[in-house]
Amino acid sequence: MAGVAGPATGSGAAGGDGDDSLYPIAVLIDELRNEDVQLRLNSIKKLSTIALALGVERTRTELLPFLTDTIYDEDEVLLALAEQLGNFTGLVGGPDFAHCLLPPLESLATVEETVVRDKAVESLRQISQEHTPVALEAHFVPLVKRLASGDWFTSRTSACGLFSVCYPRASIAVKGEIRQYFRSLCSDDTPMVRRAAASKLGEFAKVLELDSVKSEIVPLFTNLASDEQDSVRLLAVEACVSIAQLLSQDDIEALVMPTLRQAAEDKSWRVRYMVADKFSELQKAVGPKITLNDLIPAFQNLLKDCEAEVRAAAAHKVKELCENLPMEGRETMIMNQILPYIKELVSDTNQHVKSALASVIMGLSTILGKENTIEHLLPLFLAQLKDECPEVRLNIISNLDCVNEVIGIRQLSQSLLPAIVELAEDAKWRVRLAIIEYMPLLAGQLGVEFFDEKLNSLCMAWLVDHVYAIREAATNNLMKLVQKFGTEWAQNTIVPKVLVMANDPNYLHRMTTLFCINALSEACGQEITTKQMLPIVLKMAGDQVANVRFNVAKSLQKIGPILDTDALQEEVKPVLQKLGQDEDMDVKYFAQEAISAVAQRLRKLDFPVKDSEEPSAPGADKNHFLRPRGPGEDTGKGPAYQLHVNTRDTLPQLDTAEIVLFLPKHRLISRI
Amino acid sequence: MQKIMGSHLTLDHFRLASFSLPSSLLHWSKPPPSRTWTVVMTYQQDYLSPCLYPLSALSDIISTVEFNHTGELLATGDKGGRVVIFQREQESKNQVHRRGEYNVYSTFQSHEPEFDYLKSLEIEEKINKIRWLPQQNAAYFLLSTNDKTVKLWKVSERDKRPEGYNLKDEEGRLRDPATITTLRVPVLRPMDLMVEATPRRVFANAHTYHINSISVNSDYETYMSADDLRINLWNFEITNQSFNIVDIKPANMEELTEVITAAEFHPHHCNTFVYSSSKGTIRLCDMRASALCDRHTKFFEEPEDPSNRSFFSEIISSISDVKFSHSGRCIMTRDYLTVKVWDLNMENRPVETYQVHDYLRSKLCSLYENDCIFDKFECVWNGSDSVIMTGSYNNFFRMFDRNTKRDVTLEASRENSKPRAILKPRKVCVGGKRRKDEISVDSLDFSKKILHTAWHPSENIIAVAATNNLYIFQDKVN
Repeated sequence: MAGVAGPATGSGAAGGDGDDSLYPIAVLIDELRNEDVQLRLNSIKKLSTIALALGVERTRTELLPFLTDTIYDEDEVLLALAEQLGNFTGLVGGPDFAHCLLPPLESLATVEETVVRDKAVESLRQISQEHTPVALEAHFVPLVKRLASGDWFTSRTSACGLFSVCYPRASIAVKGEIRQYFRSLCSDDTPMVRRAAASKLGEFAKVLELDSVKSEIVPLFTNLASDEQDSVRLLAVEACVSIAQLLSQDDIEALVMPTLRQAAEDKSWRVRYMVADKFSELQKAVGPKITLNDLIPAFQNLLKDCEAEVRAAAAHKVKELCENLPMEGRETMIMNQILPYIKELVSDTNQHVKSALASVIMGLSTILGKENTIEHLLPLFLAQLKDECPEVRLNIISNLDCVNEVIGIRQLSQSLLPAIVELAEDAKWRVRLAIIEYMPLLAGQLGVEFFDEKLNSLCMAWLVDHVYAIREAATNNLMKLVQKFGTEWAQNTIVPKVLVMANDPNYLHRMTTLFCINALSEACGQEITTKQMLPIVLKMAGDQVANVRFNVAKSLQKIGPILDTDALQEEVKPVLQKLGQDEDMDVKYFAQEAISAVAQRLRKLDFPVKDSEEPSAPGADKNHFLRPRGPGEDTGKGPAYQLHVNTRDTLPQLDTAEIVLFLPKHRLISRI
Repeated sequence: MQKIMGSHLTLDHFRLASFSLPSSLLHWSKPPPSRTWTVVMTYQQDYLSPCLYPLSALSDIISTVEFNHTGELLATGDKGGRVVIFQREQESKNQVHRRGEYNVYSTFQSHEPEFDYLKSLEIEEKINKIRWLPQQNAAYFLLSTNDKTVKLWKVSERDKRPEGYNLKDEEGRLRDPATITTLRVPVLRPMDLMVEATPRRVFANAHTYHINSISVNSDYETYMSADDLRINLWNFEITNQSFNIVDIKPANMEELTEVITAAEFHPHHCNTFVYSSSKGTIRLCDMRASALCDRHTKFFEEPEDPSNRSFFSEIISSISDVKFSHSGRCIMTRDYLTVKVWDLNMENRPVETYQVHDYLRSKLCSLYENDCIFDKFECVWNGSDSVIMTGSYNNFFRMFDRNTKRDVTLEASRENSKPRAILKPRKVCVGGKRRKDEISVDSLDFSKKILHTAWHPSENIIAVAATNNLYIFQDKVN
C-alpha cells in the first residue's frame, strides 16, 4: 500500500488506532460516489488500489456488481472505468476468473457515448485474450451473441468489434455461429449497425479461412458496397483494402474489382471521396498490374471529378501515387497520364483543391528529375506562387526544399520574393504567422546575401506588428536566424535594430526589445550580451511602465547565466536591488526572483558544482507566475524557487513572456 | 455538466384535468357519421394567474409538440424554454377506457434567455422545434432548439441507488476514522423511479439567423438545422463543426427576395432533403451530387392563378411548414390558406390542395393589420399518410381524409373538453344566414390559434397545442 496517495479530503489522515492502511482506501471507495466528478474520476483511476485492498474474492462478489450498475455516470468517469477494467484480470484472480469482468464491460458497451463504448470494446478484446478456449466459449462467445442480438443498436454496434477476437480461438461449430451472427449484423435494419459491421469487415476477414473469405465475406462486402445509404457504402471502400490484401491477383480481379470500379464512379461524392482518400492503400493492396489497368484511369476521373472535395482528396494523393508506381516506365507514365490532369488542377476554380495540390506538387520534382522539373513543373510552381489564395502560395513556399535539391532555388527566386512579401503583409495574422515560420527555412535555402538584401527588413517589421503572436514569432525567428547566420551577422544587422526599439514611445515595442534580448542572448554569446545588450536592459530599469520594469527583472534573470561575475556583481545586482524596492508589487516580485537567481549563480561561480548535481525542474517555472500568491510569499525565496534557477530550458521563458502581458489583471482578479 | 432532475412527481406548473367523470358522460353526443374524436385529456400550463402575471403566462405558450417514434412519449416545448415530456399510461386490462392517457414524465429547462454581446441581440429561450432521435438504448434522446442553439438531451430513468459509506453512517454523520476496521463496498438498492434529463451536446454558434427547423437524418448520425438563409449539417458526435449545405444569402442583402421557412430530411433516403421558401416553392436536394446543395435537384412550384392575384398573394403563398409523408413518396406543405400534397415525381403542381379556411380570403386586409397573416401554421400526417391535420383560428383545427375527401373542423377548448367527451364538428358560416351551431366569420377569435399539432406515429391519437393548453384526443373507443 506504499504507493497510495491519501486523497485530499479527510481531515486528519488516519491518525488513530484503526488500521492505518484502510483509511485511504475507505476514502477512495466513498469517493466513487462523491458529487464532484473530479473526485469520482480520481477514485476510478485508482480502482486497482481499491481492488487490491479488497482482495480478489470481494472484488468479484462486491466491487464488480456495484460497478456493473454504475453506468449512470458522466462519460469521462465511464471512459476511465472501461479502461481500468481492461487491465483487471490479475485483480479478480487471474485468467480463470477473467469472465467476471464481462458484466460491467457489457453494460458499458451499451451506453450511448461512442468513446465509452469503443473503450469498453477495446477492453473486452483485451480480456478475451486472457480467457482459456473453454472459458471463451462458455462466457465470452455468449456475451458476443447477447450483444449482437440486443434490442438497441448500441449493443449491436459494439458486438461488431468483438467477432474477430473470439473467432480464431473458437471451435468449428462455434465459428459457424459467429459467422452467422456477423452476417446478420451486416444486413441489420439500422444503418448504425451496418456501418459498424462494414468498418469491421476487413478485420474480420483477416481471421477467417480463405475459403470463408471468398464464400462469405465477399458477398457481404458486395452487399455493403451497394447499400442504399452512402454512409455505409463509403466504409466498404476501406474494407476493400483489407480484403484485397488477402486474395490472389485473379481473385482480386474477379471478386473485388467490380465493386471497386463501381465505388470509384458512385453516384455519391462521399463514396468517391473515400476512394480518393484511400487511394494509396488501394494501390498497394491491388498490386501494380491492376493499378495500371484500372486505378490510373479511375484516378484521372477523380482528379477531374465534378465535386471539389473529391478533387482535393485526389490531389492530395498525387505524389504518393506517383511514388508508388513501378520504377519501370514511371516517368513516361506520370508525364503522359498524370501531369496533364495536374496542369488543369493548378487553375482549378476551388481554392481547397489548389492548396491540396500545392502541398504535394513540389514532391514530384524528385520523382521526375531536373529536366522535366524545369520544363514542366516549374511553370506550375510559378503559377501557384502567384495564386490569389494565400494558402496555395504558403504550401508552395513550405515545400521549397524539395525543389532546391533538384534544380536549386535560384530558378524560383524571382517569383518567390513578391510572393513572400505579399504574404508577409497579408491582412490575416495567421497568414503572416505561417510565413514567419518558414523564414528560417527560406533563409537557409536562399543564403545570407539574398536574405539581407530582400528579407531582413520584413523580419524587422514583424517585430512591431500589432498582433502579439506575430511579434512573438518574429522574436523566435530572429533567434533561429542568428543560429543559422552566426553572431557576427547578428551583431551587424540584427542587434542594433533591436536595441533602437528600446527608445520607442510604445511600451509594447520596448518590451519586444526585452523579449528579443531574452531570445538572442544565448545565441549571441557573452561578449555581445555584456557589451551591447546589458546596458540597454539596465537603462530600461527606469522605465515608467511597470510591465517594462518587471520584464527587465525577468530579462536580467534570463541573461544572468551568460554574464560573467563582474557584470553580475557590479551592474546587474544594484539594478535588481533597486527594482526590489519598486512601488509595484509585480516588479518587486520578479526582481526578488531574479535576485535569488543571480545570487545562486554567483555562489556557483565561486564554488563550481558539477552539473549533474544541480537540481533541475524543467517546466516548473512555467506556471508559478499564475499561481495566486499570498502577501507573505512575496519575499519567499524557499527552495522551491531555487529549483528552476539553473534550468537551461529556453522555452518556458517565451511562455512567460506571453503570460506576463496579462499578469497584472490576473493578480487583481485572484485577489478580489 | 448541468443536470436537471425531473420526475413524474414534479407537476408544479401543470394541472391535470380531472378524470373521475361518470362513464355515462362518455357518449353524450350522438355519434357523428365519420371518425369521431374524444378528449383524452387537457393540460394547462398554468404558472400563476395569467391576469396578474401576463409575462409568465406568455412563457407558458406551447411552441412545439412532437411524438417520439413509438408514440409512447410526447414532448412539448414552450416560450419559456421548458421541455415537458409526457409518457403514455401503460394499458391495463381493468381500465380499458384509460387507453391513451399521457402523464407528465419529465420536465426540464432546455434553454435560458441569453444575450449576444457582440451583436447586442437578445436570444429568446423559446423552443422552436423538438425532434426525437431513434431510440438507441434504454434512454431517450431528443434535440431541442431555440433561435440559435440546438441541444441534445438525454432522458433516462434510474431506479437504484447505492448505499453504504465507509466514513459516515446512514444518517450522514462522520465516523471516527479510528473505528474503521473493514472496508464497505456500496450496494445498490431499489428506489422510487427517478427520471432525469441531461444535456449531452450543445451545438452552438453556427447560425447567424433564426433557426426554424431541425431534422434528424435516417442515417442516425447526422441532423440538419435550417435558419432563414442557410442550412447546416451536423454530426451528433461533433459540436464544434458543422457543414453548410445550403446558403441562399445573396452577396448584397438588398437583393434578398426569399427566405428558407422550413426544411426536412427524407424519412428513408439519407441523401435527400427538402426546404421550402417564403415564395411558396419547395426545393429538393440530393447530397450525393455535391457537398454544397445550393443547386436543387427538384423544384416544386405551382403556377400562380392570375385571377387571384392581389397585394397579399406573395404573403399568403409563403410556406410555413413542409413534411414528408411516412412513405417518403409525398410532401405536404402548408401556406396561409391551404394545405397541399405534392408527389415527389411531379414538380409543376400539387396533386391535392385542401382549403383550410378559405373564408378568410375576404379578411386578409384586417389579418394583415393585426399581423395574423404571418402566423406559421404547421401540418402533420397520420401514421398511414391517409389523413392530414393542420390548425386554424378560434382554436379550430382541420382534418382532411385524402381517400374519402371528407374534411372536418374540430375545436380544442376547455369548455367542451371534459375527458371522454366527443368532439362536435364545427362549421363556420360564410354567407349572411347563420344556422344553429354555426359560427360567423366575424366572431372568430384570431388570438386563439392552433399552430402546433402532432399525430401519434401509428395510432389515432393527436396532440393539439392551443396557446398554453395541450389537448390530447383519440378516435372513439368502442
